[in-house]
Amino acid sequence: MSVSTRVAAPRAVRGWLAANSSGNVGAVIERGFAVIRNQNWVIMVSGFFEPVFYLLSMGIGLGGLIGTVAGPGGRPISYAAFIAPALLASSAMNGALYDSTWNVFFKLRFAKLYQGMLATSLGPLDVAAGEIFMALFRGFLYAVGFTGVIAVLGLATSWWALAMIPVALLIALGFAALGMAVTSYFTTFQQMDWINIVLLPMFLFSSTLFPISVFPEAVQWFVMAMPLWHGVELMRQLSVGHFEASTAVHLGYFLVMSVLGVAFTTRRLRSLFLR
Amino acid sequence: MPVIEARELTKTYGELRAVDAISFEVSPGESFGLLGPNGAGKSTTMRMIGGTSLRSSGRLLVNGLDPEVNGPEVRASLGVVPQQDNLDNELRTRDNLIMYGRYFGLPYRYLRPRADELLEFAQLTEKAGEKVDNLSGGMKRRLTIARALVNEPRILLLDEPTTGLDPQARHILWDRLFRLKEQGVTLIVTTHFMDEAEQLCDRLVVMDHGRIVAEGSPADLIRRFSTREVLEVRFGSDRNAALVDRLRAFADRIEPLPDRVLLYTDDGERALEAVRHAGLTPLTSLVRRSSLEDVFLRLTGRSLID
Repeated sequence: MSVSTRVAAPRAVRGWLAANSSGNVGAVIERGFAVIRNQNWVIMVSGFFEPVFYLLSMGIGLGGLIGTVAGPGGRPISYAAFIAPALLASSAMNGALYDSTWNVFFKLRFAKLYQGMLATSLGPLDVAAGEIFMALFRGFLYAVGFTGVIAVLGLATSWWALAMIPVALLIALGFAALGMAVTSYFTTFQQMDWINIVLLPMFLFSSTLFPISVFPEAVQWFVMAMPLWHGVELMRQLSVGHFEASTAVHLGYFLVMSVLGVAFTTRRLRSLFLR
Repeated sequence: MPVIEARELTKTYGELRAVDAISFEVSPGESFGLLGPNGAGKSTTMRMIGGTSLRSSGRLLVNGLDPEVNGPEVRASLGVVPQQDNLDNELRTRDNLIMYGRYFGLPYRYLRPRADELLEFAQLTEKAGEKVDNLSGGMKRRLTIARALVNEPRILLLDEPTTGLDPQARHILWDRLFRLKEQGVTLIVTTHFMDEAEQLCDRLVVMDHGRIVAEGSPADLIRRFSTREVLEVRFGSDRNAALVDRLRAFADRIEPLPDRVLLYTDDGERALEAVRHAGLTPLTSLVRRSSLEDVFLRLTGRSLID
C-alpha cells in the first residue's frame, strides 16, 4: 500500500461523515425518548403482550394436547418451553422490521418528520442511527419483559437464558438494518406489503411452532437459509444452555447479517433520505 | 462573496427536468425571490440549497460550501420553512421548538428562553403546551416559521411562506420578515403571490418550466416587461374575444383573457376614454398600475394561479 492511499482512505471517510452526519445522533435519540414520555403507555405495552398471548394460547393451550417435544440436544421439553424462545426471536424480528420499514416509510412520506430533521444540521446518518437505536431500545424492553415471563413460567432451565436479551438485540439489529435499506427502494404502500408477504411464512415455517424435521430435505435447506430459523435455534439453545457447533453458526449468521445490513443501509442512506 | 452561487444548476427526475440549468447569485442581506407557478422548480431549487435534494448537475455553493459535501455545516446557518408544514405531531408546541434546536446541537440553557421568545414572536405563547394537531392552519404555519428561526439563521429559506394564511396574518408575517431583513438576515422566498414578491423581494427571478425567464427588481421587471398602467375591460364573455382586434388600436399591447381584456398603456384613463369614444362601452372597467402578474403573463403567456 502506498502512502497516498493510506492517507486518502481516512480522508474519504471524513468527507463522507461531513456530508452525512453532524455527530449529533444523540438529539434524534432524545426526541425518541421525549415521544415515549408523551405517548400513551398502552402503545408501548401492546407490543409486549403479543408474544405473551401466543405463548399462553399455543404454549399452554395447544401444549396441553401435545405434551413434550424434543428440545435442543434431543432432550424432551414441554411444548411451551419449545416455542417460547422462538416467539422471542420472532418478536425481535417483527418489532425491528416494523420500526425500520413501516415506521420509517410513514415518517418519511406522510408525517414528513425526517424532512424536518434533515433541514437542520442533522445528516441522514444521524437520523438512521438514532432511529435504529430507538428500535433496539424498544426491542430491549420487550426482550427483558418476555424473558421475565419465560422465567416466571419456569420455561427456562439455564442462566444462559439471560443471554437471550442481548441476542434479541442482535437479531433486531440485523433485521432493522436490512429493513431500512430495503425501504429505500419503496415508493408506495402497496410495495410495503411485500414485507408482510415475506414475514408471515418466515414466522410460520422457521421451526417456530414445530421442528424443522417435518419438512422434506430440500425445504429444510431453504428454511435453514432464512435468518429467522437461525434466530429461533439460537434462542432455543440459550434457553436450556445447550451448545454445539451450530450455535456459533447461528450467531455468526446474525453477526454477518448485521454488518452487511448496516453497510447496505449506509450505502442507501442518501437514496432513502435525500431525493 | 455571494452567500448563494448557482451555476447551471439542474435537477432531473427521469425525463422531467424540474430545474433546468439555472444560474443566479444572492448577496448577503439581500431579499431574493423565486417567482413562478406550481411546478416551475422553485421548491426543488430550495431543497438543493439545503442539501436535502441532490442535484443532477451544475454547481452550487452556499456560504462558499457545497451543500452536498458539507450538508450539516451548511444547514447550521440556514433556517428552512418548507411549503408544507412538517411539524413533529408527536411533540407539543414548545417542545417542537426546543427539540428542533437540539437537532442543531444547541444547549437547553439557550433553547428554553429562545423557545419562549419565539412563541411570543409567533403569538403562540398560550399554546405552548398544546398538541400540534390541535393548532389551526395559521398557527401551524407560524410555528413552522418560528421553528426555522431557532438557530438564528443567517439565511432564511421560505417556500411559499404565506400560502393558507389570512390577509391579517400575512401582513404580520411580512412585518416579521422585514425585521429579520433589517438585522441582516438573507431571505430567499418562493411565492406565486405577486404582492408578496413586491413587498418582500429586492430582486427576483421569474421561473417557468425549470428555467429562469427573467431577473431583476420588481420595479425593474415591470419597467422592462410591462407598461406603467393597465386598463382592464369586460364586455361579457362572448364579446371579449370578438372585440380584441378593434381594441388593439388603443394600447401598446393587448392580452385577451377568458373573462376580460387587458390593455397595456402608459395612460389607462386616456385609453378608456378613447375606447368609449369609439363607441365600445365596456360593462366594467378598471385602471391600475402594472404588477408582476402582468410581467409573468407577458413572459409565459399564462397566469400564475390557474
